[in-house]
Amino acid sequence: MLLIEDLQVMLGDKEILRHIDLEIKPGETHILFGPNGSGKTSLLMTIMGYPQYRVTAGKISFKGEDITHMTINERARLGIGMSYQRPPSIKGLKTKQMVEICSGNGVDVSALADRLNFSDFLERDINVGFSGGEIKRSELMQLTAQNPDLLLFDEPESGVDLENIVLIGNTIGELLQREHKHIPGKSVKEMKEERTKMGLIITHTGFILDYVTADMGQVLYNGILACKSNPTEIFKQIKEVGYEECVRCAI
Amino acid sequence: MRDLDTKAREAKEKKAVLGPDIDLDAYSTDTPPHEAIQDIEQLPEEERKRMLMAGIDSRKGVRSGTYLQKDGASVYSTSFQEGLEIIPIKTALEKLDWVQDYYWKLLSVDTDKYTARARLDLHNGYVIRALPGTKVAFPAQACMYIEKEGFSQNVHNIIIAEEDSELHIITGCATAAHVSSGLHVGISEFYVKKNAKLSFTMIHHWSEDVAVRPRSAGVVEEGGLFLNNYISMKPVKSLQMYPTTYLMGTGAVARFYSLLVGSPAGELDVGGRVYLSAPETRAEVISRAITNGGNIVARGDLIGELPGVRGHLECRGLILKGGSIHAVPELTGKADGVDMSHEAAVGKIAQDEILYLMSRGLTEDEATATIVRGFLSVDIPGLPAPLKEEIDRAVDLSQQDMM
Ligand SMILES: Nc1ncnc2c1ncn2[C@@H]1O[C@H](COP(=O)(O)OP(=O)(O)O)[C@@H](O)[C@H]1O
Ligand SMILES: [Mg+2]
Repeated sequence: MLLIEDLQVMLGDKEILRHIDLEIKPGETHILFGPNGSGKTSLLMTIMGYPQYRVTAGKISFKGEDITHMTINERARLGIGMSYQRPPSIKGLKTKQMVEICSGNGVDVSALADRLNFSDFLERDINVGFSGGEIKRSELMQLTAQNPDLLLFDEPESGVDLENIVLIGNTIGELLQREHKHIPGKSVKEMKEERTKMGLIITHTGFILDYVTADMGQVLYNGILACKSNPTEIFKQIKEVGYEECVRCAI
Repeated sequence: MRDLDTKAREAKEKKAVLGPDIDLDAYSTDTPPHEAIQDIEQLPEEERKRMLMAGIDSRKGVRSGTYLQKDGASVYSTSFQEGLEIIPIKTALEKLDWVQDYYWKLLSVDTDKYTARARLDLHNGYVIRALPGTKVAFPAQACMYIEKEGFSQNVHNIIIAEEDSELHIITGCATAAHVSSGLHVGISEFYVKKNAKLSFTMIHHWSEDVAVRPRSAGVVEEGGLFLNNYISMKPVKSLQMYPTTYLMGTGAVARFYSLLVGSPAGELDVGGRVYLSAPETRAEVISRAITNGGNIVARGDLIGELPGVRGHLECRGLILKGGSIHAVPELTGKADGVDMSHEAAVGKIAQDEILYLMSRGLTEDEATATIVRGFLSVDIPGLPAPLKEEIDRAVDLSQQDMM
């Protein structure tokens, strides 16, 4: 379980997250909405442990451990992983090597790349000259190799062409154990109960909702979490009236 | 001949334009006797290991020929391939008239006191030549080994790839484990003839108190390719070189790569200069420099003399722990329509790259090492596996130094 209690975060001398409370139980996936600059990326980066996001109050726990002051790699080892919106590129580090790093040891990189239609990129330097959509597939391939328990996705579908959006949606669904596949002899209820993976997905377009079912939706507005509700409902509302409604909830 | 000797004598005190001045009298030029050997597998294991670090492989069947010099003495010189000649330069100068056509033709004896010394007090060196049409199956190798403490090793090498030939050379310079101080003065003249291909990979594996002053120049004829790799990752006191290549024939190409690691108190000043003097010539000078406390100057100079020639310089530097890196890329266009560019970047490792890797499970040190490896991973054709390992080891040591 991920548990965030009354979290306050500063970036530079700016307070970017205020009084954040969030609970993601094993098996749950949450969707995070919010206008540009509201702090969505900051929240994910804070959970991942980026040191420039300074926690000035509150607490983050994961699997019962207080991780508020853990380093990034300690959190990674504890089972937190992130798919970045704009990851840095590293010259001279091949994508294949990066996937191997993610897996820790032993993963069939070519099979993995096949699944994500990414075989042609394995010998290329990681993220160097990748298009928006290629970055998403690369990030998903890394996360699949890493296989964390809490998966943080920062706008995984933005910039992805229609052809690949199905691929990305289904892969995220699989990673979060939310495939719509019917397994003979198993009820939907049973499948739900067997889920362990936790997900937090930032979406701007809402496309991801067509592929991944989610338990909860939240809106981050001006550094404050508001409008906890059914994600599809929230998205519908945002489409109709924009984020204006959220101002009221966020006060 | 007389003329050149006189000129050299006049330049005996002439300081080099670049690099700290070396007191030549501080080193002895008397070579101890070294007996010729029949087979490099005869060498003591420790020596072979030392040489292997500089790319010199004593196993059978992996090299097409070998030249080995200890201090001032040539001890082994053998070619295993027809059409490949490997001859000690002193023998060649005595017995082969044609060698004069290549001896001191690209470099002036009075360039500085180091060229003067190599002219006046030559120990030996090699002539390696691929006859027309010869394509070597394996690289040839040459090793300059310093075994005597405080020795000044003065060598002259001539490398010739005749028309349509393909020649690959690995040349390793190393000191014996017990040697800490020495001086290496090396003259090299490269001739890449019409449609020939020459790759020359030089690996330096010196000791902390060794000074190194290579002086080299090359000429590439029509359709020729000259690929030059230089690797210096071990501590060295002072190294300065600025090889010059003249692309004289249509479509000639020169590519220079160097990987440099500077250690505390070390001074490295390394560059590559290429004259693009014929139509459709191309040149590339690429360097990667890392310092752990040493001072590195990475130079590059392209001179485009005709329309349509193309060149690119790339100096990238990474400061890990103290020291300095000074990138000096220079471009001179002497005609309309030259296409030359440069890219220079010096900095420390980007924090966001480290954090990205840490979020994939690496510790900060592992992340740093991974980025450094990537930085150095310019694909260098023909680099033997032990050398790749040696590079990794040097990188690992750099990590340890950091902490
Ligand atoms: N490197 C930075 N330096 C200063 N301010 C930043 C930086 N990155 C983001 N911000 C600011 O922090 C706020 C939150 O940004 P972010 O978390 O990226 O929002 P979102 O992902 O919701 O668009 C914004 O006001 C943004 O301008
Ligand atoms: Mg964002």
